[in-house]
Amino acid sequence: MFGRGVVANLLFFVMVMPGPATAAAPTQAIAIHKDGFVPAQLELPPGVKVKLTITNEGDLPVEFESFDLSREIIVPVHRSVTIFVGPLRAGRYEFFNDFNPAMRGNITVKPANEEMN
Amino acid sequence: MLATAIILFREVLEAALIIAIVMGASRGIARRGRWVAGGILLGVIGASMIALLASDIALKFEGKLSAILNAVILLSAVALLTWHNVWMKSHGRKLASDIATVGEDVETGRQPLTALMLLTFAAVMREGSEAVLFIWAIATSGQQGLDLASGALVGIVAGVLVGALLYRGLLRFPLRYFFSLTSWIILLLTAGLSAQAAGFLNQADLLPALGSQLWDSSHLLSQASLLGQLLHTLIGYIARPSGIEVVFYVGTILIMLILMRLFGKSNPRTERHQRVTIRQTTS
Repeated sequence: MFGRGVVANLLFFVMVMPGPATAAAPTQAIAIHKDGFVPAQLELPPGVKVKLTITNEGDLPVEFESFDLSREIIVPVHRSVTIFVGPLRAGRYEFFNDFNPAMRGNITVKPANEEMN
Repeated sequence: MLATAIILFREVLEAALIIAIVMGASRGIARRGRWVAGGILLGVIGASMIALLASDIALKFEGKLSAILNAVILLSAVALLTWHNVWMKSHGRKLASDIATVGEDVETGRQPLTALMLLTFAAVMREGSEAVLFIWAIATSGQQGLDLASGALVGIVAGVLVGALLYRGLLRFPLRYFFSLTSWIILLLTAGLSAQAAGFLNQADLLPALGSQLWDSSHLLSQASLLGQLLHTLIGYIARPSGIEVVFYVGTILIMLILMRLFGKSNPRTERHQRVTIRQTTS
């Protein structure tokens, strides 16, 4: 019962997906204080996978969420969690605390060729 | 109070919509209400346990386990919904004609009741653990307890109401087309859940993104809007999807359609053997 759909899905993936990238991803830390994300605005490089380490230094649990990045994770009080984003295209990606939507921030990714001009 | 209500509303909405569709799709099957209610109860218990364990889980696995847990719950729901649609493909027509002739509450040979319960359990557990964690946090923070509690209650009631409205709306559809309508809705709903699971697995770096942002329709319909969120739950709308999400979405639709075609045929011989009994509504 559990699964022909799932098994077939997984099989599908093994066939189409390239091997996982093994290069170490650059890391960016985000702290959550009582008043918001620190930093609330961050810039990430285009085209690479980035590891985000999110640490909750406040006294309430936080749900770090981003519709733009399809990311959603609970960050318990005084804990750190790690998620991966990207490789991202140039653009702006918003994130927020789903438990307190006034707490927000965004990621900016600049185009790769800008420096070459 | 309003802020709390909105947060709880959003947490409850997804589970409420899934339950409404499942209740609609299993229309006419006797005792389904009891099984779905059991699933909700188990879901709330499971959600509370997850919420209590959340900090330990995060400590040990730095977020990887919670993403895997979410993906497993979602993929279980995907498997159950796929099975439900395959089952309905072969029993839907009979069910519809029985409802038309004898009224609701039909006893069928093999009832998908356990599947219904597990499905409700999964839907409630996933969103519920976040709701429980949120309520617990505001309860222990000790600020304006009553105000926040009433906000939470308003949010939960509003979420359940939207689910009830969807259910009532579904029931207005003519019986002839009813089960094919719910089957199509479930197909898209399931594809959406599968795409969400892909998002979680990619977040934990267990699946590649296969290209970020295949398109960006957030200026047309933002996922933060109520309509965007409704469509996200019902048909899996994602404004800026990654490749892996689209692959899971399309792959799930194709696999479901193939399974429905392969295993969902009405077989007159087995139907005769199944001895379908029908009873009149007593309550």
